[in-house]
Amino acid sequence: MSNPGTLKERMNYEKSFDCVQCGYCLPACPTYETMETEKHSPRGRIQLMKLAAEGKIGLEELEEPVGKCLGCMACMPVCPTNVQYDQMLEGAKRVIEDNKQKPKLQQAVEHSLLDTLIPSAAGMNTVGNLTWLYQKTGLQKAAQKLRLSTLAPLAMGEFEKVLPPQPSPKERSARPAFRPAHQPEKARVAFFTGCVMDSMFFAINEQSMELLAIAGASVIVPEEQTCCGALHAHSGRHDKAVELAKQNIQMLEELDVDYVVNNAGGCGAQMIRYDHLFEEGTVWHERALAFTNKVRDITQVLADLDSLRFTKPVNERITYQPSCHMTNVQRVTEAPRALMQAIPGIELQEMNDPNFCCGSAGVYNLVQHESSMNILDVKMKDAGSTSTSTIVTTNPGCLLQMKYGAEKAATGQRAVHLVELLMEAEPVPKDYKL
Amino acid sequence: MEAQWITALQQRIGKERVQTGTADRHSYSYDGSFGEFLPEAVVQVRSTAEVVAVMETANAFLVPVTPRGQGTCLSGGPLPVKGGIVLDMSQWPSSVDITPGDLTARVSPGTLTAAIHAAAEEHGLMYPPDPSSAHVSTIGGNLAENSGGPRGLKYGVTKDYVIGLEVVTPEGKIMQAGGSTIKNVTGFDLTKLIVGSEGVLGVITAATLKLIPKPPAVQTIMASFASMETAGEAISTTLTSGILPAKMEFIDQACALAVEAYQPSGLPTDAAAIVMIELDGNEESIQVEARQVSQIMKELGALEVIEPKTPEAAAAIWKARKMVSPAIAKIKPTKVSEDATVPRSQIPAMTARLADIREKYSVSLVVFGHAGDGNLHPNILCDKRDQEEMKRVELAVGEIFEAAIELGGTLSGEHGIGTMKSSFMEQELGAVGVDMMRRIKDAWDPNGIMNPGKIFAEPGQRLVLTDE
Repeated sequence: MSNPGTLKERMNYEKSFDCVQCGYCLPACPTYETMETEKHSPRGRIQLMKLAAEGKIGLEELEEPVGKCLGCMACMPVCPTNVQYDQMLEGAKRVIEDNKQKPKLQQAVEHSLLDTLIPSAAGMNTVGNLTWLYQKTGLQKAAQKLRLSTLAPLAMGEFEKVLPPQPSPKERSARPAFRPAHQPEKARVAFFTGCVMDSMFFAINEQSMELLAIAGASVIVPEEQTCCGALHAHSGRHDKAVELAKQNIQMLEELDVDYVVNNAGGCGAQMIRYDHLFEEGTVWHERALAFTNKVRDITQVLADLDSLRFTKPVNERITYQPSCHMTNVQRVTEAPRALMQAIPGIELQEMNDPNFCCGSAGVYNLVQHESSMNILDVKMKDAGSTSTSTIVTTNPGCLLQMKYGAEKAATGQRAVHLVELLMEAEPVPKDYKL
Repeated sequence: MEAQWITALQQRIGKERVQTGTADRHSYSYDGSFGEFLPEAVVQVRSTAEVVAVMETANAFLVPVTPRGQGTCLSGGPLPVKGGIVLDMSQWPSSVDITPGDLTARVSPGTLTAAIHAAAEEHGLMYPPDPSSAHVSTIGGNLAENSGGPRGLKYGVTKDYVIGLEVVTPEGKIMQAGGSTIKNVTGFDLTKLIVGSEGVLGVITAATLKLIPKPPAVQTIMASFASMETAGEAISTTLTSGILPAKMEFIDQACALAVEAYQPSGLPTDAAAIVMIELDGNEESIQVEARQVSQIMKELGALEVIEPKTPEAAAAIWKARKMVSPAIAKIKPTKVSEDATVPRSQIPAMTARLADIREKYSVSLVVFGHAGDGNLHPNILCDKRDQEEMKRVELAVGEIFEAAIELGGTLSGEHGIGTMKSSFMEQELGAVGVDMMRRIKDAWDPNGIMNPGKIFAEPGQRLVLTDE
């Protein structure tokens, strides 16, 4: 067991006094709603972290409350005293991780996912390629029929049937490293591919770059980029997160671009906070700030460029499930909605409590499957009771979860990434003459 | 080994309703005020029958029971100061049953106050009490603490809207108080005795609330003044001019400066006091009233009078008012928030006394609040890790209470007595007043198990804000 001093330092104990225990975070917290007890609320967790840091309770008391936190950060925008809950949570996770008190199964999954697979582009491409092989050979149907996939570790199998068709290895390797703008260049951007987006949703990444090019941005895909490190930071692997951040910072320094653009709310949220990984006043902190200043979600760039014209109406009623990290960390809420509403024929109908997390939350739906499903049930009730045919999201985890949720709850809705919807409307450069 | 009463309780209402884990107990050991007290068990109840089971068991085994809503209390009501059971009412299923023909709502104790506001509005009705925590707090907690809010000026506080209650007594009996009628003089008014009794007389398990028609229109006015005296004069002149605004809030210069530093909201920072007013009623009549109020403000020498023309502009003013709490929390991390209330004519005198107290104890004291009803919120910003400073804060708070009482006011306008103000009760009510209250308490709760340690001070008890 580590000494409480470590926790004090890592969770930034002195800042925990900013919490005045007013309780304003309670209505915003998904786990407080589904788990119905204060230790699963932000206020409860802060109290427990503080007591553990003071050595008044054991670190083992933190494991369940901290482990069950989605990290959706919905508590942060509603906090009247601006408590830095994200830093406290990551600090506590780091101390718990260092002390390896997690259940064996969770440790095993996190290890194979986070220490070997995800930071490696090759590893993630292998996943994508294997999935392609699996789908192409008809094994997918056979496995689904035999219910083999339900034997997969944890709940991975349940999500398998909602995965999109994968591109062939050939298509994957044929991606151009540079795409010129389709109209006079208005911006030059580096495209951040993201591990999960690029392996599971390769086609959406292609569409994203296409969209940027149509909107007047030249797009570079830097080969030196690596995983953003979000999943590592969220599971307490601080050192790995720092290592990955440094690699991405270096990558961007080599390039002459206006922005580094991503299409995954979770990646963007991690990258926009790179400065928090380094001590203020250090050279790396400075370098991280230069990086974060250039981080943009694709919707921000598209809305700013304001250079798309949609040529095909999409006559549908849609609802929007915003990525928590896009809303609560990046605080990007207007741009995605403005883009959707720019499509002719689209009617956006907000669901009840759109900012309530879908329960995907990184690898939460794998390592805390039952809790995640309870949260998803609440979400699908809200999403399903709109009179819409499509759920739009802006993050790969949310997208998978929504696809899975719509199937599970039989709402009859399809789930798409916002980029896919925009492409359905066949965008052209605004000044383009037919 | 678990205590015998815990086993007995688990047998009666099920193991899953009774939490005894370390993390569980610690996460119900606090509220929005000061102090932490560890209960031996947290019991989550969802029906009157379960409350009866808890109270019967607790009464038989002489175990203290402290009811708790969402723990937003600012006076220590839900703190289990004598250990025992925290009775968590917050997971009781929400229910608002409106009878439009009677203009009443029957509600369950775990219902959020904001849910009642929303349900009433669907019928064109209004439940006026509007504590700023309405989106978090339960109606059960509001009833126990008799919560107020800005609209208290025109519409009164929680107790003015309660006509019937179901209560489980400390001995585990179910009683009905009041009924469903607006007029009711049958026997003692036990309804009003229970409301605001801070959970020391029983557990509220259902309530019938009175609703009123929702005013169709509102108009906001903001005026700033060079001195507290003229602001006070403007408030009393308005109130004696035949106009009763729904809200009349004020913030001092320190608050305005803090808000502008925290989140620029367009508040004047050169004025000693800012008054924010909301008129409600029919569109035509409030326009006439708005002109009259503006006129009064100008005649009394307001530096500036603003009548926002759009709902958005009005909302921005009220948002700035809401920003006061978080903004002042930036001054120092610990906020000691008081709610001493004085007769309205004494507001300038009270703010002068507060300025003296700020000077005398060199504490960071700012003032805002519901000026129209004399309910001020002097807030002292401090750091609870600084023991020496907290000693000065203790003395300053004591003197705030004394000042309020000397000016004919009261210790608490809307937060309640709880643990923080109990040692000052006798100064306001006298020995006989406190003794009569105590006799009522003893008659209701012969074994002293119902939320002990609240309202009534123990011999030698005083206000403590340090960890001594």
